[in-house]
Formats: sequence, C-alpha cells, structure tokens
Amino acid sequence: MSNELEFLSRRVASGKLSRRDFLGRAAALGIAAPFANSLLSSAARAAGPVKGGTLKAGLVGGESTNSLDPALMMTQVPFAFGKCWGEMIVELSPEGKLENRIAEEIGSSKDAKVWTLKIRDGVEFHNGKTVTADDVAATLERHSDEKSKSGALGYMKGIETIKASGKEVVLTLKEANADLPYLLSDYHLIVQPNGGKDKPDAGIGAGPYKVVTNEPGVRHGGERFANYWQGDKMGHADQIEVIVINDATARTAALQGGQVNMINRVEPKIVDLIKRVPGVTIRNHAGPGHYVFIMHCNTAPFDNNDLRMALKLAIDREEMLTKVLRGYGSLGNDFPINASYPLFTEIEQRKYDPDKAKFHYKKSGHDGTVLLRTSDVAFPGAVDASQLFQQSAAKAGIKIELKREPGDGYWNEVWNKQPFCASYWGGRSTQDQMYSTAYLSTADWNDTRFMRPDFDKMVLAARAELDETKRKQMYHDMAVLVRDEGGLILPMFNQFIDATGAKVDGWVDDPHQELMNGYALAKCWLQA
Amino acid sequence: MSSPILRLIAQRIALGILLLLAISVLIFAGTQILPGDVAQAILGQSATPESLANLREQLGLNEPAYLRYFHWLGGVLTGDLGTAMSSGQDIATSIKGRLWNTLFLAFWAAIVAVPLAIILGLIAVRYRNGWVDKLISGLALASTSFPEFFIGYLLVYFFAVKWQIFPAISTVYDGMPFGERMQAIALPATALTLVVLAHMMRMTRAAILNVMQSAYVETAELKGLSAFAVIRKHAFPNAIAPIINVVMLNLAYLIVGVVVVEVIFVYPGMGQYLVDHVTKRDVPVVQAVGLIFAAVYISLNIIADIAAIVANPRLRHPK
Repeated sequence: MSNELEFLSRRVASGKLSRRDFLGRAAALGIAAPFANSLLSSAARAAGPVKGGTLKAGLVGGESTNSLDPALMMTQVPFAFGKCWGEMIVELSPEGKLENRIAEEIGSSKDAKVWTLKIRDGVEFHNGKTVTADDVAATLERHSDEKSKSGALGYMKGIETIKASGKEVVLTLKEANADLPYLLSDYHLIVQPNGGKDKPDAGIGAGPYKVVTNEPGVRHGGERFANYWQGDKMGHADQIEVIVINDATARTAALQGGQVNMINRVEPKIVDLIKRVPGVTIRNHAGPGHYVFIMHCNTAPFDNNDLRMALKLAIDREEMLTKVLRGYGSLGNDFPINASYPLFTEIEQRKYDPDKAKFHYKKSGHDGTVLLRTSDVAFPGAVDASQLFQQSAAKAGIKIELKREPGDGYWNEVWNKQPFCASYWGGRSTQDQMYSTAYLSTADWNDTRFMRPDFDKMVLAARAELDETKRKQMYHDMAVLVRDEGGLILPMFNQFIDATGAKVDGWVDDPHQELMNGYALAKCWLQA
Repeated sequence: MSSPILRLIAQRIALGILLLLAISVLIFAGTQILPGDVAQAILGQSATPESLANLREQLGLNEPAYLRYFHWLGGVLTGDLGTAMSSGQDIATSIKGRLWNTLFLAFWAAIVAVPLAIILGLIAVRYRNGWVDKLISGLALASTSFPEFFIGYLLVYFFAVKWQIFPAISTVYDGMPFGERMQAIALPATALTLVVLAHMMRMTRAAILNVMQSAYVETAELKGLSAFAVIRKHAFPNAIAPIINVVMLNLAYLIVGVVVVEVIFVYPGMGQYLVDHVTKRDVPVVQAVGLIFAAVYISLNIIADIAAIVANPRLRHPK
C-alpha cells in the first residue's frame, strides 16, 4: 500500500481532507474505489469514534404490539433497541469470545454445575441506582419463573437455585452445563432494577442510551446515558432513533433519501441495485440462520430413513442458493451448525445426486406423492425454493406435491404439527443450545420429531464436557447422526444483509445476529 | 326549519345508532371465528403448551363469549376500551394518538382533494367534450386506476430519492413542529389526493351535466348568463346532493381505507395499528378499531344524508 494513500486517509479521518478529494486522489494513484473506501474506513476506525449527532436506523420487525419488557422481546426492533438501553450480564464478542459486562468474572465448579458471577462495581442504572448482585439475581429469577412468558425460559429452567450474596451471584444447575455463560448472553436477559419484577416494561436498564421515546410500532428513541460504565466503547451518537419501517421498498428509500443511517434485511434480489447508490454500503455477513424443510421422523412415510435420505439427495442446494438467496448465503449440509458456531467441524458436503436419490427412494418402497407444505412466511422465497425442490426431485423420480398454506397461522397450524413443511431457524449461540432446543427427544420444538435416546445421551455428555477437544469430537459425531439419520433437510444458511448510509463508521461484522448483533446503533458513529 | 325535517334527521341518527349496535355484534362474532387464539398468536413460533395455558388463563380467554361481549359493550359505552392483550397498554390512549394522526392526514388530503375535484369537475363541465374535459378526465382516471402503492412508490422515487424534496418516510410524533409535520405528510397526502380525485371529479361532472339538461338551465342560458354563472347559480346547487354523497364516501375512505398508503410511507395511523393487532389476534384492539371505523363510516353517511335532505328544496319545504 502506498504511503501517500495512508497519509491521505489519515488526513480524511482527522477532517483535513474531504472524502471526495481523497477518492479522487486514490483514483489518480490507480486505486479502485472499493479498496480506497475500505482504506478510508479503517483509517476512520483507527482515528477513533466521533462523538455527537443523531444515529437513526430504519428497521423491519416492529409492531404496535411491542413492549419494553425484555422477557417479551421477539422481533428485530425490540431486540435492537434493547441492546441500546439494556446492559447484559455477559455478551458474545464479534469474534465469538465471551465478553464480560455486568459480570466481571464468571467461574464454575469443576463439574460445571455451580457457577459464580462476580458483579462489576460502578455500573449504574438510568434511574441512578447502582447495579447490585440482587438485581442480577432477581432478573434471572424473573426469567426462570414458570409463569413468566420469557423467551429465555427454556434455558433458564435448567437453573435450580439462584442466590445473591454480597457481590456475587451463585447459580446451581440441575445438570452440568459448560455453556452456561453463553446462555446468559441471551438477548432477553437484560438486567433491570429488581429484575423488572416491579414494572417489567419500565425501560430502565444500564445500557448506553436512556429511553426517551417509546412508541411501539412507530419509533423508539434514546439519548446518551452520561454515566454509562464503558462510554469509550459504546454510545457515541448523542441520540439514537429506531424507526419502524416494515416495507422493504420504503426502508431502502429512507436510506437513499438520508432519513435513516442504517437499515436491516435488504432483500437479496435488490442488493446489487442498492450497492450502486453513492454512499450506501452493504454489510452482509454469515450467520447461524438457516432455511429448512423438515420431516417428522416418526410419521409415515417419513419414518423411513431411506425416504428421508432420498429427499435429502434430491434437493439441488447450489441452484437454490443462487436463485433464492442470489448467493448471499452458504450451502447447508443437513445439520443445523455452521462455521459461525464455536467448535464447528467441517463434514463432507452433501450434493444433489438424482441417481442415488432414486436408489434410496426405490429402497424405501414408498409409492405416490409426498406432500410438502410451504408458505411465504416460512422464509423469504420459501415458495420459490419449494418449487425448485419439486423440480429437482422430479428428476430423481420423486413426486412432491406442494400445498401453499396461508401465512397467517402458519406457525400455529403447520410448523411443528404437519409432517413435512418449509421452515426457518435463526440459530443459537452455541451448538448445545441449538441441539437442545430442537433435537432432544423432550424438546418442545423438536420439529423433526428426532427421538433418539443415543443422541440425547450425547447432548448431555457434550454439555458437561469441559475438555474442548473431546467436546469438538462429540459435536462432530452428533452432527453426523443428524445429517445422516435426522429429518432435517437444510439446503442453505442465509446471510444477514444490512446496509449503512454515508458517514456511518465503526461497523464491525458480527456473526451472531443482524446489525452487529444489535449493537450497530450503540457502537457506530457519524463521521464529523 | 319545519318539524318533519327534524324528525327525518332524528330518524337517521337513531337508525345509525342501531346499525352501529348491530355492527358491534358482527365485529365481536367475527373476531371469535378467527382461527387460532390470541395466546397462540402472541407466543407465535415460541409457544409451548405450558406457556400457552398460562397466558390463556391470564388473559381471561376461558369465559364464555356472550359474557365477554356484554363486558366489552359496557366498557365501550363508558369510554373504556380495555387494554391491549399483546402489549398491556391502554387501548383508548394508544388509539387516541393514532386516530389523531389518521384524521390529520385525511383532513389535509381532503382540503386539497375536495375543492380540487369539484373545481376540476366544474371546468370539465364548462368545456365538456372538448380537449380540456378529456385531459382532466383522462389524468384523473389514470391516477385512480393505478394501484395506490404504485403511485406511492413513484412519488417516493422522484420526490424523496431523486430530488430529495420531501422525506421518504412520514413518521410523525407528538410535539413535532407543524412545518415539519406538513412536510412529512406531503407525499402521502398527495398520493391519497390522486387516489380519490377522479371519483369526486367525475361525479361532480356527471351530476351537473344531468342538471344542465333541464329546462331552467336553458332559461338561464337564454337570459344571457355566462356559462360559469349558469353552472354556479343554477346547476351546482341542484346537483349538490349526489356530490356530497360521493365526497363523504371518499372522506370515509381517507380515514378507514388507507392501510396501504400508511405502510408505504410508514405513517403511524389507524390502519397499520389495526393490521398489527389482527395478526396478533389482539381481539380487544381489533374490536375497538373496527367499531371506530364503523362509527366514522356511519356518521359520515348520516351527514351526507342530512346534507342531501337540507339541500333538497322539495324535502326542505314539503307540501
């Protein structure tokens, strides 16, 4: 890299040279614009965040039925706004490591059954009170209450007792779990004064922004909290605002018109058009979310592994990836884990093989059609994907009959009820969470009816294993079992596709969720 | 004004109230037959039988339907619309802001659309069958025939993205300065105007043309009045009843039928509020909004009726 360019980029970062001039100079030096742009943003990052201004996000995934109660958060808007006003006990860093927040230290007993959280000093709630061990314990208690409607209830049930003493919170688990710190990074577990038991939707947390406006389904706004404990890392803009824009075209227009600085969920089919708009940067990165077709392993005809295998081989993953996701994703391999999880191991990629599919289909003895239910709400492009599946399977002599179900009620009436349908999983932060949520015999959401005592044992053993190498091998074996004998057809993992407008800096790709795992508003800044 | 006409008006209003009651029964019954229940809808994909049972009990979904109807009706009559099941917020409070936004947008769209439509109608009559008439009718019909989302996107593309004159999204909030608010609603108001224009314009034109055939208009023309004076003094007053009817229908549309425009421009009005709650099976909100929409529709129609009665000399001075 030329020294002159580096020098110039630093001058831009310090405000002595305009961006336009810089790009002009770069072009004169024979540097392509994208590269020059990336150079510029790394220089801006190095120069450090700029304080001030109002950062606005236009997001899909907010309804007028939303509430500030963290237990009830489900869609993208409450999730992203929650990361602005709430502070977590522990969080996942963009690199996938644990990042201690309110818990300064997390330690466990040797058998991974008793966990101790040491609470950090000097963290303050927006109401001026200091965050104590009691608040943390109360938060965990509220989310593990059987009566609570918390989205985190499933994991919290594994905690037997929660005790606060002095600066520490001690958790005793029913069964050993080496992943507990990861579970505590669940986005519902925002620490609230007295755990939010008094007023769950008060919107008082210890995050970088205080809630100023809360109009569910319309907009949410916050102003910087002066006493935030790590103000150097987060909370750069003076104000932040989330505007709910559920219509994809309106969202893009708002970004182009400059009314918002960032948007989520850019549709794959328009990414190439948006890319060309001056000032707009597409932020796409891999995540754990996956598009699936699920078969109930205990319901005829899907109770026959040869039929399941035939269908797995009869799907053309590459074609689907190009046509449905336009390449903004990666190939799936019929187990729900990809490289965005810790302890992932590569397994040979399953390919479209009509001949082998034909062989297994014949062996299964099934005759007639297979009914696949699908709907637009299963995942974006699910109906198209189902049609592609139908065609590729036809080439293997398997007749798939499609039934398009209404989107309204799809998750109640079809998913987890009908034996073969299209669906979507957002993924979890650890392999254990993913497998425990949907592949244990006893799981409520075991949507492939994968009832295998041997597999259940493997899940529990891996959960309690603290040795990483052994654990990695265990997860590999579990993946192979699901891939070869389960009811999951996983053609592709989708990417998160966000976009930012001109002047937004400080973006770091985060594989856990869209919008930098929800932190885009809190961690980005506006160039001066 | 004589008493028969007052009686007529009172009759209309009484009928309106009866109709509203009947509608309240329909709305309630309708929301009961929706598939799935609110507990299921709130929890969505994350519903477990356990959390479902908890939520159902908490929301009082286990009472019989007719009891719930009378509870609800009693509440509505005393101004208590209940609390939203999904978010726990007071419905009356959240609707107030939304309704105000909807009325604000409808008001400004109407302020532009109604006079514009009538004036264009009058001009069309004056130059009937000439190129001016054809141009006005053609443009108005074209703008109405395009689906409203298309007009909306066109406006956004040119005015917000290309020329950046107006914002692409019309999020308004309490305490927003009036000027900014007007700027925010410029595009949705334009879209709505274009959508309702033709109907009113064509009706004005047709109604007046109809009157223009009558003998008294001919007399007026023979008296030597100018073409506009004939229309203004003799034709328009006699054509007003059907015009008012159409205007009121369109006003009702501006209030209850603008969901699509609200979504495109991200305008926080009643339509979006209703749709959100329908998908969540939030029955109390759906009922409340349905009732308000019905009330708006019925009262505008009553106003149209009354205006038609008052404007009609034969009804005003019965023999």
